[in-house]
Amino acid sequence: MLNTITAPTTPLFDTPPMFAHPARVTAIKDEAYATATYEIEFEDDDLKQHYAFRAGQFNMVYLPNIGEVPISLSSDPAKTGVMGHTIRYAGNVTRAISRLRVGDTVGIRGPYGTAWPLERIHGNDVCIVTGGIGLAPLRPVIYHIINNRSDYGRVYLLYGARTPIDMLYTEQFEDWEAHGIEIHQTVDRADESWKGHVGVVPMMFYHLRLNPKKTTVLTCGPEIMIHFVIFEALARRIPKEQIYVSMERNMKCGIGLCGHCQFGPTFVCKEGPVFAYAAIEPFFGVEDF
Amino acid sequence: MPRKIKPKEPAKPKLAVFKFASCDGCQLQLLDAEDALLAVANAVDIAYFVEARDRRLPGPYDVTLVEGSISTAAQIAEIKEIRRQSNYLIAIGACATAGGIQSLRNWRNVDDYINIVYANPSYIDTLATSTPISDHVKVDFELRGCPINKFQLLEVVIALLVGRQPRVPTYSVCMECKRRGTPCVMVTQGIPCLGPVTQAGCNAICPAYNRGCFGCYGPMEAPNTDALGEQLQALGASPDEIMRLFRNFSGYADAFRLASDAYEEMAL
Amino acid sequence: MPDLTPDIGAFVSIEKNELQCIFDALKKDGYTLAGPTVSNNASTPGEGAIVYDEIETVEDLPIGWTDVQGPGSYQLQRRNDNAYFGYVVGPQSWKKFLFPPQATLMTVRRENGSFVVESQAEDAPRYALIGVRGCELHALLIQDHVFLNGPYIDTHYKARREQTFVLAVNCTEPGGTCFCTSMGTGPKVGPGFDLALTELDDIFIVEIGSEVGRMVMRSVKWRPSGAFELQTKRTALAEATKSMGRTLETSDLPNLLYQNLDHPFWREVGERCLSCANCTMVCPTCFCSDILEVSELGGAASERVRVWDSCFSMNYSHVHGGNIRPRTKSRYRQWLTHKFASWIDQFGESGCVGCGRCITWCPVGIDVTESIDAIREEV
Repeated sequence: MLNTITAPTTPLFDTPPMFAHPARVTAIKDEAYATATYEIEFEDDDLKQHYAFRAGQFNMVYLPNIGEVPISLSSDPAKTGVMGHTIRYAGNVTRAISRLRVGDTVGIRGPYGTAWPLERIHGNDVCIVTGGIGLAPLRPVIYHIINNRSDYGRVYLLYGARTPIDMLYTEQFEDWEAHGIEIHQTVDRADESWKGHVGVVPMMFYHLRLNPKKTTVLTCGPEIMIHFVIFEALARRIPKEQIYVSMERNMKCGIGLCGHCQFGPTFVCKEGPVFAYAAIEPFFGVEDF
Repeated sequence: MPRKIKPKEPAKPKLAVFKFASCDGCQLQLLDAEDALLAVANAVDIAYFVEARDRRLPGPYDVTLVEGSISTAAQIAEIKEIRRQSNYLIAIGACATAGGIQSLRNWRNVDDYINIVYANPSYIDTLATSTPISDHVKVDFELRGCPINKFQLLEVVIALLVGRQPRVPTYSVCMECKRRGTPCVMVTQGIPCLGPVTQAGCNAICPAYNRGCFGCYGPMEAPNTDALGEQLQALGASPDEIMRLFRNFSGYADAFRLASDAYEEMAL
Repeated sequence: MPDLTPDIGAFVSIEKNELQCIFDALKKDGYTLAGPTVSNNASTPGEGAIVYDEIETVEDLPIGWTDVQGPGSYQLQRRNDNAYFGYVVGPQSWKKFLFPPQATLMTVRRENGSFVVESQAEDAPRYALIGVRGCELHALLIQDHVFLNGPYIDTHYKARREQTFVLAVNCTEPGGTCFCTSMGTGPKVGPGFDLALTELDDIFIVEIGSEVGRMVMRSVKWRPSGAFELQTKRTALAEATKSMGRTLETSDLPNLLYQNLDHPFWREVGERCLSCANCTMVCPTCFCSDILEVSELGGAASERVRVWDSCFSMNYSHVHGGNIRPRTKSRYRQWLTHKFASWIDQFGESGCVGCGRCITWCPVGIDVTESIDAIREEV
């Protein structure tokens, strides 16, 4: 069993693979509750010039004295020289990241992992389904589609969050809609300001009329959410080969050497995080796997 | 041209060390850290540490280390006041985290002990139980062991100074024992060993000296005391021996207490 | 003594005491000898085990010792002869030399508001591994595939591995938990050694495996092995092949496990398993590691330290919002399916070499061959 998506195999750096490279925080933007986007640039000009990533990939972000975590790239892949990371303050390292200021140094190595198959799905309708922080690794997809709008058909974003303040990038929605991206939002719990849907994301499929033959589903979020997204997609006769998911596992090295991120036959850092659903179907949803 | 203002030196965190019912061995681990202790003394303001210096500054304290278990009514009031004075409170050692060896009294009538041990029992004012700090106040972090490991203590101090969660393993002693390269005393010699159910942190010192682990770091994450107990029986240990093995320095910690109670019942 | 060096692939015979000449030649070439020796943690030697450590002379070898092994049980015993390699494998494996239990990968130093990463200036030790069994040589090659074949190379492992000399030993007396025949890794050593010994009553037969091995033989008194000696060797190996303490039916293993991820056996074994991680620590192929940030007091510098980790530790499968494998049964299932199934998907070969260490050193004697039989039987 092999993922039908493969990762680029040429490491960017010629230093030992686990060396982090100093990079500066050049901008910080609050996005949602306990969540902000960090724009980061390598200190080394050569690295800055040559670094490029594809939508769906991640970096290992290192803070001296604290530790290292995998964080997906959330910025526009066409914008070289700057890496964007949308980070929710949840663990040891991310909480320390919350104390960073513009001008501070972090360590970066990457990009790692597989990418969303954006070239392969030219001409298709694209249905992006995600929740909360899960929109971060999919924002590069939206940027890419906007940059290459004529390559894609109808584009939907089904986006859910626990509460309205947990929603990312809401100030960009207008612009995205102007580029023909149909956004359907929902929250688990509404507040007074909320006028939209209340309920879980997979239910938003009921608001769409999809053409199963030419629709590709891209999804990222908690496994239980993905589970129901796949259920709804398959119920609409979207072939499993047209469903792609981004998985999360514990990662320590990001390069397939530490073993932590195994998901059955795969290492999520190498064969993932983006998988063709057809490739992982036998293992998806196995309890505690 | 404006004069450059020298940034004010940030205030050093105030550290306090308090003790309750204990042998002082855990505090001594800090003194035993020697070279590192000097660096610690530079990095923090040791405000209260009776074992180390005469100066006793009043609270509040940024970091407070508490050794020992709670065994008198006065100590209950005292720990509550210490908690009020402490921003980050760390319980150190088997006494502070599990009640210590003195918690053996919790299974018996403490008055019987008092009458045996003391010439003038009337002087003794004690609670019927010896209990961990966390039974009385919120504890921010626990360092296990009898005594604690000085490297773990340093790790906690360093982690707090750099602003991250201290990192102590919660897996078994066996992981450290194997990394250290010690042949298993249970598999090679049938020596009863609590390593497979005890939290690491000591660097598996006892098996390296051909003794079984006596569980002073307390239960590991998800300990399987049933399966270990069965194996110890298969190796010839009696229920009474197994009960005593679990009911030791960290015997009052939940998983070990329950296991020892089960084997006590079996021994009857 | 012919003054030629033997060819690669040749079999030659040496007197047993000539082994010291091989040791001397290796040391002269700058190798540190790492070999079997009786551990010193027990009060009397017979209570310990045969471990791998740095050794100096043949006197350090466990001459005249053997081991008796079963599930959760290992006893060192005196042999009634002075065999040099008359034991099987102990609690340690060669990975401790190439993939050490704890190693500083790099040092990070704060400088001018930024930081500098320095490679831990390690003069990688040059090990000659003495007494590597067939199963163990396979394990070395399996770890090579993990650390050296990906797009990202483990530089730390590589530095040690590429200058390692392997003196292998054919196994003629398999132990109670051995099943290398089932896994196709022994008892005869496969390719990858520099020299391979077969111990007969009074001589060693030496097979030359590499140019480096050939060169070492220059300073050793040898003669071409006789037909009778070679026949004795073949017979001993054939006997060994048939006398494994355990067997394992390996046919269709990946599918068997993948199709039984909900088998009731996992719950049963989850009740016995201690989740203590001994099996993964003693396994010669297990490669999982954690990386710790170890700071200096004051924070001016820190080290990135790699330590052996295990899929049995809770933290291993921690993700934001919970644990992927919170129960012991799912952690045991992860380990077993990785060894016997997903390893094949990942690296094109089984992750198990049949050395039996996980069976012997499991404190409660859980036996992987029984585990797989249990799943197979009820299918």
